[in-house]
Amino acid sequence: MDKLLEIKDLQVTFKTYAATVQAVRGVNLTVNKRETLAIVGESGSGKSVTSKAIMGLIPNPPGKITGGEILFEGTDLTKLSERKMQKYRGNEISMIFQDPMTSLNPTMTIGKQIAEGLRKHQGLSKSEARKRAVQLLDLVGIPNPQVRVKQYPHEFSGGMRQRVVIAIALACNPKLLIADEPTTALDVTIQAQILDLMKDLQAKMDTAIILITHDLGVVANMAHRVAVMYGGKIVETGTVDEIFYRPKHPYTWGLLSSMPKLHTRQSELLAIPGTPPDLANPPKGCPFAARCPHAMKVCTEFMPDYSDVSDTQQVACWLQDERAPKVEPPETIGVGGRTR
Amino acid sequence: MARYIAGRIGYLIITLFIIASFTFLLMQLLPGSPFNSEKLTADQIQILKHEYNLDDPIPIQFIHYIGGMLHGDFGVSFTYDGRPVSDLIVHRIGPSATIGFEAVVFGTIVGLLLGIIAALKRNTYIDYLAMFIAVLGISIPSFVFAGLLQYYIGVKLEWLPIAFWGGFKFHIMPAFSLAVGVIANIARFMRTEMLDVLGQDYIVTATAKGLSKASVIFKHSVRNAMIPIVTILGPMVVGIMTGSLVIEQIFAIPGIGDQFVNSITKRDYPMIMGTTLLFSILFLVVILIVDILYGVIDPRIRLGGGRKS
Ligand SMILES: Nc1ncnc2c1ncn2[C@@H]1O[C@H](COP(=O)(O)OP(=O)(O)OP(=O)(O)O)[C@@H](O)[C@H]1O
Ligand SMILES: [Mg+2]
Repeated sequence: MDKLLEIKDLQVTFKTYAATVQAVRGVNLTVNKRETLAIVGESGSGKSVTSKAIMGLIPNPPGKITGGEILFEGTDLTKLSERKMQKYRGNEISMIFQDPMTSLNPTMTIGKQIAEGLRKHQGLSKSEARKRAVQLLDLVGIPNPQVRVKQYPHEFSGGMRQRVVIAIALACNPKLLIADEPTTALDVTIQAQILDLMKDLQAKMDTAIILITHDLGVVANMAHRVAVMYGGKIVETGTVDEIFYRPKHPYTWGLLSSMPKLHTRQSELLAIPGTPPDLANPPKGCPFAARCPHAMKVCTEFMPDYSDVSDTQQVACWLQDERAPKVEPPETIGVGGRTR
Repeated sequence: MARYIAGRIGYLIITLFIIASFTFLLMQLLPGSPFNSEKLTADQIQILKHEYNLDDPIPIQFIHYIGGMLHGDFGVSFTYDGRPVSDLIVHRIGPSATIGFEAVVFGTIVGLLLGIIAALKRNTYIDYLAMFIAVLGISIPSFVFAGLLQYYIGVKLEWLPIAFWGGFKFHIMPAFSLAVGVIANIARFMRTEMLDVLGQDYIVTATAKGLSKASVIFKHSVRNAMIPIVTILGPMVVGIMTGSLVIEQIFAIPGIGDQFVNSITKRDYPMIMGTTLLFSILFLVVILIVDILYGVIDPRIRLGGGRKS
């Protein structure tokens, strides 16, 4: 498979009054052409920061990429000037945000908002860009595109706005689309429609997708591969099947156990006890050690290296060490949440 | 839209009528009379009062006045040889309108720039300096600036004329004195609005499209930040009007403010009424224009139909 994006040892920090927060602490990630990679993990684990770093959208100050590389087709995006980066944004790499109610400019027609990127990146004339905007609205399933193109965001429902946002993102046929919780703000039926649309367009346009979500059902439905983040690090990656059926990291187990199951009768959801690490003072060892039921002495002292479980599955956990006791995953990880 | 504007004009007329009535009553409460010079005998005063219908009962005077007003007749001045009030006002309005207009235009442009720069350079020395200037401008009254300008630029440096009315040179100091408050208010307001807009998600969307910083700032941020500014235009015009009363005195400008102050000290009832009504009409029209403008620049507001969410 062709690598599209390769992140190597990415580090991002935020300087605040009180402390320096190490939001992303050495993330390694690969996205292949045309695939969907899901990033899952607890709130504050650094998913959004990682995706903003790819787009060059880390607000500076307070944020800064302090180390690592983001190779997009071999070019290190972290080294590009703001001007050069503008050629990638919206053109090669696009982003869809969480809340469609606030992510569109309220005083500009949606036609103009779609056309802006086309004019900048493809040098289209006003009327060409306008025509293309109508086509794009049609493509994302907005009825009456000729009329709609002249309207303002407040004339659209939430689901329709997210379609507009997708049209903006896909306007220039990007090779990579980053969707940060694209359906969290929408109601369930609309969520499914938007996800179907993304899947459909991905097939049509050969786009790779990084999908950030908290919903493991969505992961099962959409993704080819999954990266599990915890405490600013990726603790496990693998194919969807590997992560759902043969997870190796105790945090992944916890994540799967905390997911509601459809056909087992479960009186309460299994929350992972404890709180995530303070990224202003990150632990020396494995970030999950403090909450891990299988933690050993070594876990709090040293960060484990990645070990290959298969060609496609890597995990950073001391339990993989041959000297560690053999621990079986709990039964509660059962895959009842799959919606496929 | 047309219906909305027609309705608003109706309200405007009612408001004017109420203002006219109040001013008329308040004027009657002013102690003294236009004709209490020592040199006049009681008989002469009586004749003068009769001449100007001031011996009628107040309700009758009021009806006369309103009746005249409806025909566009604002009476004749007591002090300027019986010339019609409307003539006098038209004659004097030029200088006032000129410095008022210059102050609004200059003050708005400088204020907006200052606010935008302060927001873009937030929490740097540039920001602190801009806001320091703004606080000074708000807290120091315009006549203090006028005096300082006269002393340093007029008397010491002799760059500009200290007073009176003539070419553009004569406008600069009075217009600037009036503009200081405008600059300060607009700069502070604009900074707040800009910071608010810059933190909005759609600014990230615009950046994520690959637009240049300039496009993001001018096409997406400034435009949205300027919409609420429109709401302070009304109070700002009032500030300019009241400010000009003093400024015209200080710079000896033959404007309407100067004349207004004189007409009050001389109890020139028709002049007081006429000028008050003119100021009221100006203010009401500005508010009307602001409301219409708001609907034009903010597509979320449809006049007459209320706000859609
Ligand atoms: N602008 C910022 N200033 C300071 N700290 C920040 C900033 N943005 C993010 N962080 C910190 O970076 C860490 C990671 O945040 P991030 O938004 O990536 O989490 P996330 O995994 O996307 O969480 P969620 O699932 O809630 O969206 C958090 O600890 C957060 O406090
Ligand atoms: Mg996030």
